[in-house]
Amino acid sequence: MRKLLFQTVAKKPLTEPTPVADDPELLALAQKLKQKIDATFAGSLAIRAVDAGSCNGCELEIHALNNPLYDLERFGLKFVASPRHADVLLVTGPVTQNMREALQRTYDATPAPKWVVAMGACAGDGGVFAESPDCLGGVEKVVPVDLFIPGCPPTPLTLIKGFLALVGA
Amino acid sequence: MTTLIQAFAALPPVAGHGPWPRRMVDETIWEGLAEWLSNGHGTFLSLWGDSEAVHMALLDAPEGVSVASLACRPGRFFPSVGALHPPAIRFERAVRDLSGQIPFDAPDARPWLDHSQPYAFLASEGEGLHQIPVGPVHAGIIEPGHFRFTCNGETIVRLEARLGYVHKGVEALMTGANLERAALLAGRCSGDSTVAYAIAFSRAVEAAGGLKIPERAHWLRALMAELERLANHLGDIGAVCNDAAFALMLAHCSVLREKVLRACAACFGHRLMMDLVAPGGVRADLDGEAAWRLQELMASIRAAFPQLVELYDSTTSLQDRTVGTGVLKPELARQYGAGGFVGRASGRAFDARRALPYPPYDRLRFSIPVLTEGDVNARVWIRIKDVEQSLGLIEQILERLPTGDIFAEPTAITGEGFAMVEGFRGDVLVWVRVKNGLVERCHLRDPSWLQWPLLEAAIQGNIVADFPLCNKSFNCSYSGHDL
Repeated sequence: MRKLLFQTVAKKPLTEPTPVADDPELLALAQKLKQKIDATFAGSLAIRAVDAGSCNGCELEIHALNNPLYDLERFGLKFVASPRHADVLLVTGPVTQNMREALQRTYDATPAPKWVVAMGACAGDGGVFAESPDCLGGVEKVVPVDLFIPGCPPTPLTLIKGFLALVGA
Repeated sequence: MTTLIQAFAALPPVAGHGPWPRRMVDETIWEGLAEWLSNGHGTFLSLWGDSEAVHMALLDAPEGVSVASLACRPGRFFPSVGALHPPAIRFERAVRDLSGQIPFDAPDARPWLDHSQPYAFLASEGEGLHQIPVGPVHAGIIEPGHFRFTCNGETIVRLEARLGYVHKGVEALMTGANLERAALLAGRCSGDSTVAYAIAFSRAVEAAGGLKIPERAHWLRALMAELERLANHLGDIGAVCNDAAFALMLAHCSVLREKVLRACAACFGHRLMMDLVAPGGVRADLDGEAAWRLQELMASIRAAFPQLVELYDSTTSLQDRTVGTGVLKPELARQYGAGGFVGRASGRAFDARRALPYPPYDRLRFSIPVLTEGDVNARVWIRIKDVEQSLGLIEQILERLPTGDIFAEPTAITGEGFAMVEGFRGDVLVWVRVKNGLVERCHLRDPSWLQWPLLEAAIQGNIVADFPLCNKSFNCSYSGHDL
């Protein structure tokens, strides 16, 4: 273990340069939110992830955000274990009938001010599951959505760009 | 009992079902098969409903795969298999929820995927017992499910899981879908196994239509499948260690995983390789530069991985958490036909790539690692050995990849097909009936169906704090199970 730790110290950090938001639509939406958020926070957000019926593809990419190459926490963005500690709910999936109540209750448990980010095609409009009677067809059917990050699943880079636009970095 | 299996095998197979036979049986044979399973013969693979019938897939009855189909009695009743063979219980509860056939004499009549009614958990009563309800929304970034722990102090005396929170109605959406849309749905049953599902669905459709696909497509499918296996195992090894509070392994393993995903994006255009496999072949080819990039990736993982294995194996505080924790007994793994690292860490040497070989695995060299300890440590070691096997497989594929086409357009297919494909967590099973290129009925069975119940057994007598560790070492799919 000592050898490995020494190598880690001797090498340059793996963490990569900060990406820049380049999607005008995402940027415009995020800009509106930025003003509100700036007034409340100083560039730091606590995020609570809620899987409301995702295939788990989105969760894999959320996990990737915490790997040393993306290292989300360097931006003051961190995932928290309880909605009570959260500023942002990051919701994935088309919202199944069976997750409707849990999502609503998680939202209610999050103290205001709070924002909801819908992540991925399913969270947007239900995606490939839109027509299913077992799904509600998007996060907006249950809680108000402030920002939509597209993709199936969105890449970690797209996610970071969305979050950075949100905090105005 | 041999006579029953002989009688079953002697029944005429239903026409247009491939590659293995499907046979219509009467209630006597149906119940006989349930008893045969309960006596420790063969393996129960799945059970699903289909308008007025129920189907049951079996392994080694008497050889390979076979499907038994029973026309239900009026009122859509059928004799319960779960009454004799417990692995079928959750399948029968789901059949009732999804397609309305009702098992009579079933030991558990509670709904499973249908959450419209209040749910009664099993009673756990006794002096000093308390309950801990967890989920469906968890503290970590994981899928939703509810776990009801009954504990005595720190020790778990019973765990009952309630699943179905991410039930999206995949099988219902499949009905009436064309092959293109159906492949999109199959690829989104469980995002971490999108390649395995797409291959299983495609192979089932190709079996239904007797469609031959180009040789290069088989090899590219296997290449994607092994890259998926590699990425998931690397992620899992790190995550299991992280759940034992050893974050260093997670950091290093997640860098290797990220390297694999970036290579996949560079070579095939998608990090998880979604929607690249479809009935008829594959949608993305591999050029020389991409092949070179993958060779480089293999070299870099081969250089970095052994150090991590050594770190895992020589850190006593970590070993203290994983060795002897969450033991799954080999008898249970066998009874439930547990696939993947769950089964192979508990002595069940099954791998669909070897047991029911499909191209190109019949022409590749690889071994199937098996251990018998059945603890968290054994499940980690199976993954470590699997990583080494996958590296070897990818190198062989890159070396011997045949040239030629990668896709053969399927024409209006009609028929019934069955496929079993080894995903990273075990065998993914797909059964499909297609008519003129449209899906009439499709059943998709995740390996997790037969692994989730075993987690409840493995956790007994462990402490609550070891549950995340045990759960991650099983890493069952919620979405793949809930459909």
